[in-house]
Amino acid sequence: MSVTATTPAETAAAAADAAHFLSATAMRGGYGKADILHGCTLNVDKGQIAVIVGPNGAGKSTAMKAVFGMLPLREGRVTLDGEDITGLSPQDRVRKGMGFVPQVHNVFPSMTVEENLEMGAFIRTGDIAATMEQVYELFPILRTKRRQPAGELSGGQRQQVAVGRALMTRPRLLMLDEPTAGVSPIVMDELFDRIIEIARSGISILMVEQNARQALEIADIGYVLVQGTNRYTDTGAALMADPEVRRTFLGG
Amino acid sequence: MDILNALVAILNYVVIPATAYGAQLALGALGVTLIYGILRFSNFAHGDTMAIGTAITILFTWMLQSFGISFGPLPTALLALPLGIAATAVLVLATDRAVYRFYRVQRAAPIIFVMASVGVMFVLNGLTRLLIGVDERRFDDGTRFVINAREFREWSGLSEGLALRGTQVLTVVVAVAVVWALFWFLNRTRSGKAMRAYSDNEDLALLSGIDPERVVRLTWIIAAGLATIAGVLYGLDKSFRPFNYFQMLLPIFAAAIVGGLGNPVGAIAGGFIVAFSEVAVTYPWRKVAGYLAPDWQPAGLLQLLGTEYKFAVSFVILIVVLLFRPTGLFRGKSV
Repeated sequence: MSVTATTPAETAAAAADAAHFLSATAMRGGYGKADILHGCTLNVDKGQIAVIVGPNGAGKSTAMKAVFGMLPLREGRVTLDGEDITGLSPQDRVRKGMGFVPQVHNVFPSMTVEENLEMGAFIRTGDIAATMEQVYELFPILRTKRRQPAGELSGGQRQQVAVGRALMTRPRLLMLDEPTAGVSPIVMDELFDRIIEIARSGISILMVEQNARQALEIADIGYVLVQGTNRYTDTGAALMADPEVRRTFLGG
Repeated sequence: MDILNALVAILNYVVIPATAYGAQLALGALGVTLIYGILRFSNFAHGDTMAIGTAITILFTWMLQSFGISFGPLPTALLALPLGIAATAVLVLATDRAVYRFYRVQRAAPIIFVMASVGVMFVLNGLTRLLIGVDERRFDDGTRFVINAREFREWSGLSEGLALRGTQVLTVVVAVAVVWALFWFLNRTRSGKAMRAYSDNEDLALLSGIDPERVVRLTWIIAAGLATIAGVLYGLDKSFRPFNYFQMLLPIFAAAIVGGLGNPVGAIAGGFIVAFSEVAVTYPWRKVAGYLAPDWQPAGLLQLLGTEYKFAVSFVILIVVLLFRPTGLFRGKSV
């Protein structure tokens, strides 16, 4: 690609990137020789909830890892707030304002809830008490359990610790890999309510969900991935209303 | 009166020596367990790290003594200890740079680290002998006894004497202080918490912005400190002979595994369990039995195992724990 002469199409693409808070365009890549992502595109606007759904093996978690820099990309680029971050390591992306909650092993089990939150804020230098207070307000149960090791909490509470830990860096984009995996339906509703609350505070959310219906209900934008590429992209409500999507991906 | 005599005998020949020995093992096992928890391999070079750390400390002790410096009633080695720790830490960090970092970058399997540590063990083994020789060396000075057996007999009127050596008290006092400082560091400071976080979940620690190389360096420095302190206390209490430190590897690993590898509280408990088992099993109980049951004249010494077989005790404890509770008493990591 030449620096001096840009085609109108490229200019348009760059303008589109800048318009979205997070823009991951035409990502192609995988773990070994075979690609898992074949030109996958994900955009999230400020304060939006974006949800990635799709069948098993569609590359949902891989797409998340690619956005977070845990997977080398063969093609495509990722921009955050207009800045190209394609070449940055995950640690540097955390410094740029991305928070990531992995699906499993997402807490420090032998450390207390409070210590988990402290470790979340490790890269911050100033006072973290205010942020911790916000996390405790969002998840009141964590305040009562703050002296307990995170490994001794229930699955739902542990997910709250994991989300709280990621919030401690005060991210502008929070990425959640199946936050409701293995929790009861009641806890799931509760977690989704909290996620809406987080988005209302201006933080963009990008999450992968196994519980597609419930997740699309709260989604501003939904991405249906199939075999590493975008199949359907629309608002959550529109995807729920689409008979084709319902039949093939939401079980009727 | 006979019951008192029996109690004093048990105190004198079992409780006091085993407590001092247990404290030394606990400090050694703490180093092993920290390295296992954070660097994720069993460091076979730990015994010889203790040996070379002690050897360096002895050299510094001699240097101080040649300057005419002494520490009053306490052993001069205590003054030389910080110098010994610093030198050992530098040596251990250099070893990490030259050997272990290569495998860490390659993300090698733990067994490769273990084998590399066996190599380091042999090199340290040779270095220690070059540095100070193979002979037995005593380097304790200062007050020998806190309680003297003869004075105790005169004071109490008992026929059984009680001796408490200065090095035994020193061992326990220093061990308590070191353990307190270590736990304070791990639980209260940012760097200590980062070490625990790294031990708990390496990937999440990276995502949180914890620098792994810094954690590794800190771990080596602390392990070098613990090894040198444990080695010097053992050398003051008994005597210094390089081969003994190599042999101590077995009870130290037994202690770390009994407590649960990677768990500091477990390492301390394990140290005392192994020490008390070893001393109790190899102690001839005939004298105590004589006080408690004067009519009974046993033919033997009532010694379960000769002292030359004391390492069998560690082996048995190790095997029993690995068979029935592989994660140890305090839920460490499975071996």
